Amino acid sequence: MLVGLADLFWTVLAKGVASFHFSMLTTVTHGIAGGLQNAILGTFELILLSTAIAAPLGILGGVYVSEFAHTKSAAAVRFLTEVLSGVPSIVIGYFGYLTMVLSFGWGFSALAGGMALAIIMLPYILRTTEVSLEQVPRSQREGAWALGMTRFQAVSRVVWRPAAGGIATGVLTAIAIGMGETAPLLYTAGWSSLNPTWQLTGHQVGYLTYVIWTYIDQPYPEAHALAYSAALLLLGIILIIHLVVRFLVHQSTGSARRHSLASYVRWIRSHASGVSASSAKRASATSTYRIRTR
Amino acid sequence: MGMRTMKRMPANAKIANRLFVAAAGLSASSPILFLLLITGIVLVQSIPALRWMGWHFLTGITWNMGSVYGAMTVKNGVTAPAGASYGALPFIVGTLASSAIALVIAIPISLGTAMILAYRVRGVVKSALSIVVELLAGVPSVVLGLWGVVVLAPWVSSALGPFLTHFGPAIPFLKGPVGTGMGLLTSGLVLALMVIPIITATTRDLLERVPLHYREGGVALGMTNWEVVRHICLPHIRDGMIGSIALGWGRAMGETMAVLMVSGSAVNMLPHNLYSPISTMAAVIADQLDSAMTDASHMAVHALSALALVLLMLTLLTNLAARLLVNRSRGSRRIDLGVRV
Repeated sequence: MLVGLADLFWTVLAKGVASFHFSMLTTVTHGIAGGLQNAILGTFELILLSTAIAAPLGILGGVYVSEFAHTKSAAAVRFLTEVLSGVPSIVIGYFGYLTMVLSFGWGFSALAGGMALAIIMLPYILRTTEVSLEQVPRSQREGAWALGMTRFQAVSRVVWRPAAGGIATGVLTAIAIGMGETAPLLYTAGWSSLNPTWQLTGHQVGYLTYVIWTYIDQPYPEAHALAYSAALLLLGIILIIHLVVRFLVHQSTGSARRHSLASYVRWIRSHASGVSASSAKRASATSTYRIRTR
Repeated sequence: MGMRTMKRMPANAKIANRLFVAAAGLSASSPILFLLLITGIVLVQSIPALRWMGWHFLTGITWNMGSVYGAMTVKNGVTAPAGASYGALPFIVGTLASSAIALVIAIPISLGTAMILAYRVRGVVKSALSIVVELLAGVPSVVLGLWGVVVLAPWVSSALGPFLTHFGPAIPFLKGPVGTGMGLLTSGLVLALMVIPIITATTRDLLERVPLHYREGGVALGMTNWEVVRHICLPHIRDGMIGSIALGWGRAMGETMAVLMVSGSAVNMLPHNLYSPISTMAAVIADQLDSAMTDASHMAVHALSALALVLLMLTLLTNLAARLLVNRSRGSRRIDLGVRV
């Protein structure tokens, strides 16, 4: 396994570096040669769209499962979300083709591709949000409720803060997964050698994984060079995201408690006037007490 | 819960609260909605193809769109071009065989790595090794496919394949010819690389949760390290371990790009040895949707839908079983960040 992995990285690195030119970043694909600008921008557009769809759904859904749902419905959502993450990505792409591309008449488009990616990313964001929120001690919620906050205020002002690192980790992981996907995009996003426009439907978009898949099968060295460069770029971006994720996880596990207490105090300072004076006073008394005993 | 302060709450805060809970509830139901929609639409779309083929869909070997520009025929109340035949057996066999090979390779490696990570190493070595496993999980399947095409397939064709043919007299399935390297064995190897991180991460997680005093009890009985793992830890995590293997299996069956690139895209034939070209259900869907769109009767698209249905059922079943087993034995809920679990 180690040998395989090392060889994989070595192959991509050596061939990628040998064939990469910086001009590839600024030119679009012509036939079998040219650059990767259209694919890079297309990948970013697709990721932007899918994150814009999946992140709110996933984070709100995770909040619901962790904070509002009854035990049984929470278990059901959790279980079915995990099952959704097990649906083969090509089936999701095929579903997107039948519905969005054909029935909705969007054609091969950025929106169809973004939606298909969003379905793939959603389970990861939802589950990490839920797990990070569950690690926030219950006393923080109780404290917030005792201050007279609604459940929404408790989540939006107190509880999310210690969980923020975990939630960001989930979103980043989902982005890394989405970037590496090909199968769901084949029949939803299509392929275009032009730079993506901001028209969401009716226009095909290019993306990096497509370049790797198609151009390695061509018998021309220029096409291979494009495929290797695309692989190098993709692997590089994904590795960087994974490193950031590791760093975030490391940070948030170390300082969760300190961080949450700080946010508590900050909330009380900035919002004391909004709640009744006596409860704010009580709360600030508690918080000073807590900080001293820590 | 402070009802008196709640009463003094401004009305708009209450409305915001209600709106938020409603929006969150809707978002939480979206994965279920997607799951139902996907299953429903794939099911409905595959009905014409299943009516056209009947049970032969599962047992037939010929996958042929018929004469697309010729006359249409009607059978069992559905219309398709003359000569259209959709038998998915080669793809079902290809999917099962390649994922089985992947598991045979991945299980020992993953369990070994998980044991090493959980019990044998610590500190820098441990975090380095776990980073390696996470990195492997993060490699996009199309990059693995690229490596499979450029490095692995030639190696299988020139080194591993010829070596394995020496065992041909004992195991007929290993007999040559080895061919181009694009085929069953290479697909299995690439899939193994994708499955290893899944099984390793889950099993390691489970091993680390075996209560310490169980292991201490084993040591006190004079067991060696291996005996402790073999007779105490592995039985303790058995359900979860089987679940994690099922999880990996489901993923191997549903994997598209890497297999599409190295499988050799065989149609209308069953694999006759370990090196023969194959196709999996996922790869065929990705490969043939283009040409399926040319069929005016839409029967080709329906046939791919039926293929997606079979694949979906297989992966859903393995996933359901896997999740139940893993969740039951994991006890507390935790997922490993950065790894597709």
